[in-house]
Amino acid sequence: MATPGGTDRASHSLDKSITLPPDEIFRNLENAKRFAIDIGGSLTKLAYYSTVQHKVAKVRSFDHTAKGDGEPLYEISVQEEITARLHFIKFENTYIETCLDFIKDHLVNTETKVIKATGGGAHKFKDLIEKKLKLKVDKEDEMTCLIKGCNFVLRNIPHEAFVYAKHADSEFRFQNTHPDIFPYLLVNIGSGVSIVKVESEDKYERIGGSSIGGGTFWGLGALLTKTKRFDELLQLASKGQHTNVDMLVKDIYGGAYGSLGLTGDLIASSFGKSATADKEFSKEDMAKSLLHMISNDIGQLACLYARLHNLTRVYFGGFFIRGHPVTMHTITYSINFFTKGEVQALFLRHEGYLGAIGAFLKGAEEDNPNQYSWGENYAGSSGLMSVSPDLNPMQRARSGTFDMLEMDRLERQLVNLPLLQDPSSYIPDTVDLTEDALAREYWLYCFEEALDGVVKRAVASQRDQPEAAERAEKFRQKYRHKLQTLRHQPFAYGSLTVRSLLDTREHCLNEFNFPDPYSKIKQRENDMALKYYQKVVKSLEELSWDQRQFALVRGLLAGNVFDWGAKAVSDVLESDPEFGFEQAKHQLQDNSGMDIILGVFPFVRELLIRGTEVVLASNSGPALNDVTNSELQIVTERIAAMDPVIQAAVKEDRLTLVQSGSSSPCLDLSRLDKVLATVVRERSTDLVVIEGMGRAIHTNYYAMLSCESLKLAVIKNSWLAERLGGKIFSVVFKYEVPSKTQGQY
Amino acid sequence: MELNGYHCDGEGCGEAEDEDTTGPMQIRSVAEAPCSFAAAASMEKAAAGGPAHRERRISNSTSARQRTDSLRKNRPPFPWFGMDIGGTLVKLVYFEPKDITTEEEQEEVESLKSIRRYLTSHTAYGKTGIRDVHLELPDLTLWGRRGCMHFIRFPTQELPAFLQMGREKHFSSLHTTLCATGGGAYKFEADFRTMANLQLLKLDELDCLIKGVLYIDSVVSVGPPECYYYENPTDPERCQQKAYNLENPYPLLLVNIGSGVSILAVYSKDNYKRVTGTSLGGGTFLGMCCLLTGCSTFEEALEMASKGESTRVDKLVRDIYGGDYERFGLPGWAVASSFGNMMCKEKRDSVSKEDLARATLVTITNNIGSITRMCALNENIERVVFVGNFLRVNTLSMKLLAYALDYWSKGQLKALFLRHEGYFGAVGALLELSNSS
Repeated sequence: MATPGGTDRASHSLDKSITLPPDEIFRNLENAKRFAIDIGGSLTKLAYYSTVQHKVAKVRSFDHTAKGDGEPLYEISVQEEITARLHFIKFENTYIETCLDFIKDHLVNTETKVIKATGGGAHKFKDLIEKKLKLKVDKEDEMTCLIKGCNFVLRNIPHEAFVYAKHADSEFRFQNTHPDIFPYLLVNIGSGVSIVKVESEDKYERIGGSSIGGGTFWGLGALLTKTKRFDELLQLASKGQHTNVDMLVKDIYGGAYGSLGLTGDLIASSFGKSATADKEFSKEDMAKSLLHMISNDIGQLACLYARLHNLTRVYFGGFFIRGHPVTMHTITYSINFFTKGEVQALFLRHEGYLGAIGAFLKGAEEDNPNQYSWGENYAGSSGLMSVSPDLNPMQRARSGTFDMLEMDRLERQLVNLPLLQDPSSYIPDTVDLTEDALAREYWLYCFEEALDGVVKRAVASQRDQPEAAERAEKFRQKYRHKLQTLRHQPFAYGSLTVRSLLDTREHCLNEFNFPDPYSKIKQRENDMALKYYQKVVKSLEELSWDQRQFALVRGLLAGNVFDWGAKAVSDVLESDPEFGFEQAKHQLQDNSGMDIILGVFPFVRELLIRGTEVVLASNSGPALNDVTNSELQIVTERIAAMDPVIQAAVKEDRLTLVQSGSSSPCLDLSRLDKVLATVVRERSTDLVVIEGMGRAIHTNYYAMLSCESLKLAVIKNSWLAERLGGKIFSVVFKYEVPSKTQGQY
Repeated sequence: MELNGYHCDGEGCGEAEDEDTTGPMQIRSVAEAPCSFAAAASMEKAAAGGPAHRERRISNSTSARQRTDSLRKNRPPFPWFGMDIGGTLVKLVYFEPKDITTEEEQEEVESLKSIRRYLTSHTAYGKTGIRDVHLELPDLTLWGRRGCMHFIRFPTQELPAFLQMGREKHFSSLHTTLCATGGGAYKFEADFRTMANLQLLKLDELDCLIKGVLYIDSVVSVGPPECYYYENPTDPERCQQKAYNLENPYPLLLVNIGSGVSILAVYSKDNYKRVTGTSLGGGTFLGMCCLLTGCSTFEEALEMASKGESTRVDKLVRDIYGGDYERFGLPGWAVASSFGNMMCKEKRDSVSKEDLARATLVTITNNIGSITRMCALNENIERVVFVGNFLRVNTLSMKLLAYALDYWSKGQLKALFLRHEGYFGAVGALLELSNSS
């Protein structure tokens, strides 16, 4: 059964002592609409939709005819942009009244009439909600909400699902977002167990279930140990020895039952040793035995159903699982045992939110939320809390806290790059910092070191705004706090990667209205680079073909040195403003300015002259000093104005500019703008060039494409260079053809 | 089982008074009839697991003599025992020859006689050893001998006392092999050797189980049917036991519910596989009942269960949805969460021990039914035979299994039961005696 158990905790004795910090919890309530609530046995999950006003740096071209010397290429203006955001907040039922009062006080939007509700506790609080919020409670089927929510997170949140491995270096092994999430099995362990087969967005079937579930653990556990709380029972279990209570194979056989491959430690009969009136058993041991019994039983049934329906993806959820390492471990063990490793037990980072997400989606159908792609906002989301190794202190610490998930509606719908050789096995990131402790330590340190510089840059980008310094300070605190969290819980937002660290920083900057701290630098560099463009093109034309090719590549790479994201480079750039393209070339070994104009465009030009069609993809939103699509539009216009080759190509549609859909210095080829994917397909793209450290080294270094590819970057980080066996400012030039033979350097 | 218990347990059944209650003379004469021997000869093959009745017809008198000779040579010496040492119970099957000649009787050593008398003249041994008299097969021919098969059980924890008795009765002097199966055959092998100077022939428990089932089903022809099912299991008014003919048993799902549960798919007499098993078995029922109610025996636990009401303990579908959960075809009476009501303190305080015992029984039984049903679906088998001592005097569970299988499979699956529930392993072990030399 899907229903979270009724609880014997005094859910009605509501705690009003808590004061809610309005900046952090229930944010953007003034714009909130479409409320949904999921009330479980002990936790309430509230969902709403809000519109967020963002400051966004916009570039606008000046009038072409009025261009004069020394006048910037384009105008930068910070504009307010409205984006949509989903808010999910989880808190203990005891705070429900306080929370409802808070919402009532802050809710401005009067259009909202209805609140979608689901969960076993929904009926209990129906009157309270209706009275407080003056909203009509509209109950939605629990299972439907659960499945809708599950589909939503699986589709929109990378690294949503994970495998749990208690004794591994990293407990959480996150799974790639599979391009096709169906079919899958959802085993929801509430007070009972529901086993649901999900075949498509709208098609699911409850194929079975079991009455032995979380309620059995809780109810029987309470009877056996006189311990009332579910968490406490789990804690007892984590300390117990089940072998004192269970009859093992070796208790019967004296060892293993070899001919059947049953090891001696296998449980032959749960509670088999307690069949006696004259022996006392410890609470811990009984709780442990009970936990094993129930987990094994659920795991076995799940496997039997998975086999019968030929399914290999099995997700586990429900209050029995909900982030508890103990139950995730026992379920994982059971699945491994019964399927001999053929099926992996999968868990979800946002499992507790599924019902609320689903209920919300039911209520928001007219907004067509499923038509958009959504992204987890790292700045506004709490991330997965650690409850390991000893679950209790952390659990206690979480009591009275509010867990949050925020998702931004992305402007563009994101899809796979059609040229990925195997989308299901594609992993964007080169190093998983969750697993690589050394690398993790280095990069966390690195990002912390760079923080001062970023703050300075942020303030500098908004000199006209006096409160910028204060906001920048808030940004510093928030990002530093995130880094600290990630130090202790690297798995908080899925696999920790250089990309996620960069993205988190971008999200935090946005949070405090620093939409594009590098916009002015980019502007200056673009201006400067444009001046050199014709000179560079001319000198290239004078070279022989062979020399030219080499020079072009050198140029591409030299441009890549201008990376404000790399501390080694930004230090030089800060100290020596005269550091130019020529110096960069000498240093050899996607950014704006030098990179795009003097590196990429001459290369593109050469391709165009050869008769190659070129699709130039750039970021949709700002990230460091990477060129954005809107900047690139203007730059291209300007280059076209002085270069007939480019002009003709643009006119004849042989040079196409598209957005990548990304706002990150890195690139996830499984989440690209749908338009880009369409263009790639329509033009039958047969060569992909990926340039830059973020896109070709931190990500996609191992990406296998179904066409030829060229990955090039300059390693602007001595630690990474050393790791890859080179020196700082070494070059990666990786050409690969889609066969078994690997590319060469 | 206590040591002194093997002598007399106070029911006035002193050893002195028991002469053999059986009449060896008459039986012997029957036993020597040629056709009987032929039947017995084929039985030797049957011991390898084949349904004996089929071969009975093909034997003819010309070959009968030869077979009888070879049979005599190969026939294992008395006593004939088969033992199944499980996690909770030891099951002992004893073949008591009733065709003993005067000659034989004179030759019979005292220890053999004493064992025979002791076992057959009591129905209880010590405080915990019991002979299931209602199960005995009184008129059986085995390896050319006519006799009676006795079924005895005692708790595994009393095994030391049993070994002690074996030693006192000089069991080892009989030069017999003791065929034993079950985990205890391995675990206690050394004890048998050191404490009673007995060498065990260890046998695989699942091999023995299947042999035993096939053998017993083939030899029981009179009296209550060995195999039966419940007719109209979903209708308590009309639900009743009916005989089932297990003549063509394959494929068959065999579910053995002892302390734990093993589920076997049997395709022919010597082709089977263990599909899966579960640790939630009879041991779990008893273990939990002991903890929850303070009882100490299976009988007590069952007695309590029969008086309790599990719906006070379990959370039903109707407790959550007010009735059926129609969307998923779940009837209101179905259990949504076993022991689910016990999450609530008030309800914990209001249930009786009987309710808890009943809920435990229902939970374990339904779970076995559920896993069995899934196995049957995965293996594509429609006939399910439940055996094992969990079902002994446990009509509640049997009816529940019959009901659950019928209801959830919409009548596709049939639950079958066997009268000799827990003894098949021991019978299978006994049948291996002929291979012991």
